[in-house]
Amino acid sequence: MAKVPVQFTLNGAEKAEFIDSGTTLLNALRDKIGDTSPKGGCHQGTCGACSVILDGELRLSCLTLAETCNGAAITTTSGLSEGGVLHPLQRAFLDAFATQCGFCTPGMIMAAKVLLDHTPNPSRDEVVEALSGNICRCTGYEPIIQAVLTAARSNSQHAA
Amino acid sequence: MAIRRGRGVAAINYPTGMNLGGDPTQALVHSTPTGNFMVTLSSVDLGQGMKQIMAQICAETIGVPTDRVVVDTADTDTGPHCMGTFASRGTHRAGNAVIQAAREARQVMLEVAAEELEVNASDLETDGQGNILVKGAPQRSISIFDVALSAHFKRGRSISGRGMFLIPRSYPEKETGAMKPSTCYAHACTVAEVEVDDETGEVTVLTVKNVFEIGRALNPKLVEQQLVGGSWMGISHALYETTEPYYPNRDHGGTDFNQYLMPGPGDLAETEIIVLERPSADGPYGAKGPGEMCANPQIPAVANAVFDAVGVRIDTLPITPERILRALKAQAGAPN
Repeated sequence: MAKVPVQFTLNGAEKAEFIDSGTTLLNALRDKIGDTSPKGGCHQGTCGACSVILDGELRLSCLTLAETCNGAAITTTSGLSEGGVLHPLQRAFLDAFATQCGFCTPGMIMAAKVLLDHTPNPSRDEVVEALSGNICRCTGYEPIIQAVLTAARSNSQHAA
Repeated sequence: MAIRRGRGVAAINYPTGMNLGGDPTQALVHSTPTGNFMVTLSSVDLGQGMKQIMAQICAETIGVPTDRVVVDTADTDTGPHCMGTFASRGTHRAGNAVIQAAREARQVMLEVAAEELEVNASDLETDGQGNILVKGAPQRSISIFDVALSAHFKRGRSISGRGMFLIPRSYPEKETGAMKPSTCYAHACTVAEVEVDDETGEVTVLTVKNVFEIGRALNPKLVEQQLVGGSWMGISHALYETTEPYYPNRDHGGTDFNQYLMPGPGDLAETEIIVLERPSADGPYGAKGPGEMCANPQIPAVANAVFDAVGVRIDTLPITPERILRALKAQAGAPN
C-alpha cells in the first residue's frame, strides 16, 4: 500500500512520517513516533485513555486518522513537563495519589488540561463532566477529581 | 409509584491466599556492588503496588532506606517460583518469602561489616539510613556502600539470601472433613443506603460506609486506594457489571466498553472507609490480603438495602432495573 506523508507538531517539535493510509493517530504516535503516553484501551472511543489535545481541543486519538492531522499542533501528556518540572496537573495527581495502575492517567490529565484551559476555576460538577469520557478501572475517580480541583486552585494562585 | 429509600448491612470474612496443591512463593535478594538491594520475584505487580510493598518489606528487614531497594518481577522463565498474583496472596506470600531472603542477606552483610570493623557480627545494628553501627558505640560504623564494595572486591562474599514461603497442602480430616483452606482472614462490614425507583427499577447508591480489618496496613495510602476503589467495584458488581446478563445463556453479554457497563466519575456514591489494623500472626509485619476482600461486602449490603427499600429479594447479580421490576410484579401477584 502506498504510504501517506503526515506532518504535525507534537509537543512543540516538528514530526514528519510516512504512514499507511488509515493509520489512527494513536498508532502513529505510539508505533511510528514512539510517544507511548496515549494509551490504547478500547480502540473504539469509549475509554478515553488515548486522549490527546489537537489544536486546543480534546481528541480521541484512536478515532482520529493520522492523515487528517497535517499541520496540527498536538499535545500529549509526555509533553507537559518543562525542564524536568512537572505540570501543575501532574503534580496535583501525584500529591493526591490519583493514580493506581496508571493506565487511565494520561487520558485523565489531557481531559483535565482542556477543561482548565477553557475553565480555569471549574466547579466539581464541571470536573466530573469533563472526565465523564474517561474510565478508571481502579475506580479512583474521587482522588482524580480532587487532583483536578487542586490544580485549578494552584493555577489561580499563580495567576494572582 | 415512588422513590423508596432503604439501608442494608453485610459482613464478610475473606481468606488470604488459597490452598489447592500447596501454595509456594520464592524470593531472591542480593546486593549490588554499591550496596543497593535487588529483590527478584516472579510475583507480578498488576498496578496494586506490589513492587512498592516488597521494596518496603525488604528495606525494613535489611535495615536500609526503601529507595535503596529495586524489585524485579520480570520473567517467569528465569525468575524464582511464584504461584501468581491472585487470591489476595501477593503481599502475604511474597512478603514472607522476601523477609526470609532479606534476613539471610542481612546476616552476610553484617558478617562482612564485622570483619571490616573487627567486631562480632552479633554486636552490630543498622541505622535504617544506610549505615551499620556497633551497638552502644555508634561512632564505630561503616556504610553499607563500603560493606558491599568490600564484599565484592575484597572479601569475595555474596551478600544475598534465599526465601521460600510455603503454605503446604491441607487435606481434609477423614472424620470431620475439617481442613485449613487458607491462612489468615481479613474482615469487612458495609452499610449501604440506596434509593430505588419502583416505577423504573433504577437503583441509586447514596452512601456506602465500609469498615475493613486487614491486618497491618504496610502502606496506608496504597491500602486506602485499594479499599476505596474496591468499594466502588463492589457497587458496580452489585448493580452493573456482568459478562453474561442472562446466565447461563451467553446472549447479550457485553463484548467491549460500549456494552459492558462500568461506573464513570459521575456515578460516585459518597464513600467512607475505616481501616482496623489487627496484625496477623503469620503475615509479613502483620499484613493480610485486602485485595479482593474489599470489593465483596458492598454486594450483599446493596441487595439488602434494595430489599429494605422495596421488599423484593434479588438473588441474581447484577441487580438490574429489569430484575427489580420483574420481582415487584411477582410480588404483586402478576404473571412475569
